[in-house]
Amino acid sequence: MENEPFVPGLAGKGGHLIALEEVLDALKLQAGVLDMDAFRGQWRVVVDSSQLHATLKRLKEAWQFDMLVDITCVDYLQYQHATDRFGMVYLLACTERNQRLAIRVLLNEPNLVLPTVTDLWAGADWMEREVWDMFGIRFEGHSDLRRILMPEAFAAHPLRKDYPRQGRGERHNFPVVTRDQS
Amino acid sequence: MPLTLLSGQFSQANEREYLWSLNFGPQHPATHTTLRLLLTLDGERVVDAVPDIGYLHSGFEKIGEHLDFNQYVTVTDRMNYVSPMANNVAWHHAVEQLLGIDVPPRCKYLRVIVSELAMIGDHLVAAGAMGLDVGAFTFFLYGFYQREKIYDIFESLCGARFTNSYTRVGGLSQDITPLTIEKIRDFIKGFPAVLRDMENLLTRNRVFIDRTQGVGVLTRDEAINRSVTGPIARASGVTRDLRKDEPYLAYGDLDFKICCSEAGDCYARYLVRMHEMRESLKIVTQAIENLPAGPVNVDGAQRTGLPDKHQVYQTIEGTIEHFELLMSNRGLAAPCDEVYAAVEAPNGELGFYIVGDGTDVAYRARCRPPSFVHFAIFPHLIRGHQISDVVAVLGSLNIIAAELDR
Amino acid sequence: MALELPDNVVVTKLDALASWCRKNSLWPMPFATACCGIELMGTGASRHDLARFGAEAMRFSPRQSDLMVVAGRVVMKMLPVLQRIWLQMNEPKWCISMGACASTGGVFDTYAVVQGIDRFMPVDMYVPGCPPRPEQLLQAIIDLQDKIQQGGTLAGREFARAQRSRVLVDLSASGPCGPDERAN
Ligand code: SF4
Repeated sequence: MENEPFVPGLAGKGGHLIALEEVLDALKLQAGVLDMDAFRGQWRVVVDSSQLHATLKRLKEAWQFDMLVDITCVDYLQYQHATDRFGMVYLLACTERNQRLAIRVLLNEPNLVLPTVTDLWAGADWMEREVWDMFGIRFEGHSDLRRILMPEAFAAHPLRKDYPRQGRGERHNFPVVTRDQS
Repeated sequence: MPLTLLSGQFSQANEREYLWSLNFGPQHPATHTTLRLLLTLDGERVVDAVPDIGYLHSGFEKIGEHLDFNQYVTVTDRMNYVSPMANNVAWHHAVEQLLGIDVPPRCKYLRVIVSELAMIGDHLVAAGAMGLDVGAFTFFLYGFYQREKIYDIFESLCGARFTNSYTRVGGLSQDITPLTIEKIRDFIKGFPAVLRDMENLLTRNRVFIDRTQGVGVLTRDEAINRSVTGPIARASGVTRDLRKDEPYLAYGDLDFKICCSEAGDCYARYLVRMHEMRESLKIVTQAIENLPAGPVNVDGAQRTGLPDKHQVYQTIEGTIEHFELLMSNRGLAAPCDEVYAAVEAPNGELGFYIVGDGTDVAYRARCRPPSFVHFAIFPHLIRGHQISDVVAVLGSLNIIAAELDR
Repeated sequence: MALELPDNVVVTKLDALASWCRKNSLWPMPFATACCGIELMGTGASRHDLARFGAEAMRFSPRQSDLMVVAGRVVMKMLPVLQRIWLQMNEPKWCISMGACASTGGVFDTYAVVQGIDRFMPVDMYVPGCPPRPEQLLQAIIDLQDKIQQGGTLAGREFARAQRSRVLVDLSASGPCGPDERAN
């Protein structure tokens, strides 16, 4: 049958042409790169928000980080010794060379705006919508930035640290259907 | 909240009057759970589809900021409820990465066994439900019966049918017993025949092939660009499988293949799932036969799991250790740092991004859910196809609502 | 006045007969939202076989079913849908709330999850467990059958009452997602 899955094993993979260190060395010279460090073997690069799009674009086009694994955000409101309010995290992966890299951007109120990366990775669409929904960070240039998980009329951004776990009573705010009415 | 038409999506459609829109879900048999689609149709042809999700958003990530590392595993059970074991393993894999714990070999092998059994169970439901949606009910019943057997194994392993909460930080809730090993061996013996039966039912079935071949095609580049992982990406020719690419647990020692296809359509996804079940069974067989002896929990100074009852009652060390681990100001202390760790779950890359803040509760527990990413590609896959293909494509994507919405 | 009845004649109340018919042909509508839905599927599938109790005809259209099984958590966005489907079902109808989440919110004491569907709609039978085992759900259905047998009606009380107070429930007026003064 023509659609019989073939099993290629690892052939064609594993050609570690470019080491992650080379990428990092090149990144050091890039404008807007503020800091880089590793924890448990995972490299993270902190980038200035104005240079975020350019850096990601370069990583994708020059260094083949072709997959955007995830976009997420952390609210550092109650974090000890934290200097900034929000930290955005872009987790990238290179499927060819099997490398991972995390790009972080620090944001503070009232400037909660970042450029969208949907033009680089189509997969960023929903991830950015989720970050907007949960943390209230805007993505400039996103074609359809609506709430994705919460109802459209919801007022708060629930994953922010100043929002209580049990909510502000929204979950009790519905009409009651009784046996008689039905 | 009333069900309002989503604004902004239909301006074009309104101009062309012959287009009409159909609301699909959130309560519809073929959505399996709670998905909602707004389809724009031209006759029977789907012009556009706008997914509307969040009908099962229950605040998993917020709970993760309030439960400690061992408690939260119960909540991860409920995330991808078709394969909870894989979620347990994924969560504690990430936690151990944050804490810098290396679990003992026996624990690694047992975790491999349970996640591969979960993989089989998940693929059975995914393939079965896809068959169900295009009209193959018997196929589904065959699959579900085998799933019951896996439930039985899990039940004798940890006491719960499918909300297992089996893993612990640095170990497992309990060691495997000879009875369970016997049950797993039984399953290994019986399963290939059933799998063959199932394939005989569907793989060369004309109706099934006609309804799935060439439907919902995803190319390799699109798959990568849209962050697709797991069997769906592999059906499109992406050879990425974290078990091979970043061998975690004991996968480095085991021999298995990655199943791929180049077609990228619904039929290819079905085939990849069927073949992956075989490979998973191979992994389980190797792991159960080569199960190393030794403790399942990290021991000594690094100890994170509670000592067993016997030790607590009979020895002073046990009592002290138990006390130390449970005191509110003792216990685990995660470093103030962040890690991302992922495993190959049945649906794709399931990762957790954990921020530690010096306590035993995550400051932020982000889950990277494969279903979320996969549902985002749905409009792209369905455009231009018939309305009856909607269920086939949905079935082949295997969207789990609780993982989608968390 | 002794009237001899032949052996093959049973005397009963019409009411009891109607209830007997109803209880033995429940047509459930699985409102399966989450993990409990998998156990509901398991209950219907080969091993546990719901058909033994006459309730295997799962109907996904509210118009055709008379037993709603709410299996899984119901969240803010879903509750109006649930209420609307409940209103669309025809009398007589019953509701089983399956699992800890549907009954109380379960482990999900969070901003988005409704803390028990019985706050907003009628429930006849609660099944505890997270998830309840299929046997538990079967027991609930058996208990519900008892309840139906005891409570049935031909006089149409439920319809009469429904007629009297047939106010259209305006779901569109349901709350904006702003904070609720009644608080928790
Ligand atoms: S009661 Fe438990 S199993 Fe059922 S939906 Fe809730 S969390 Fe899932």
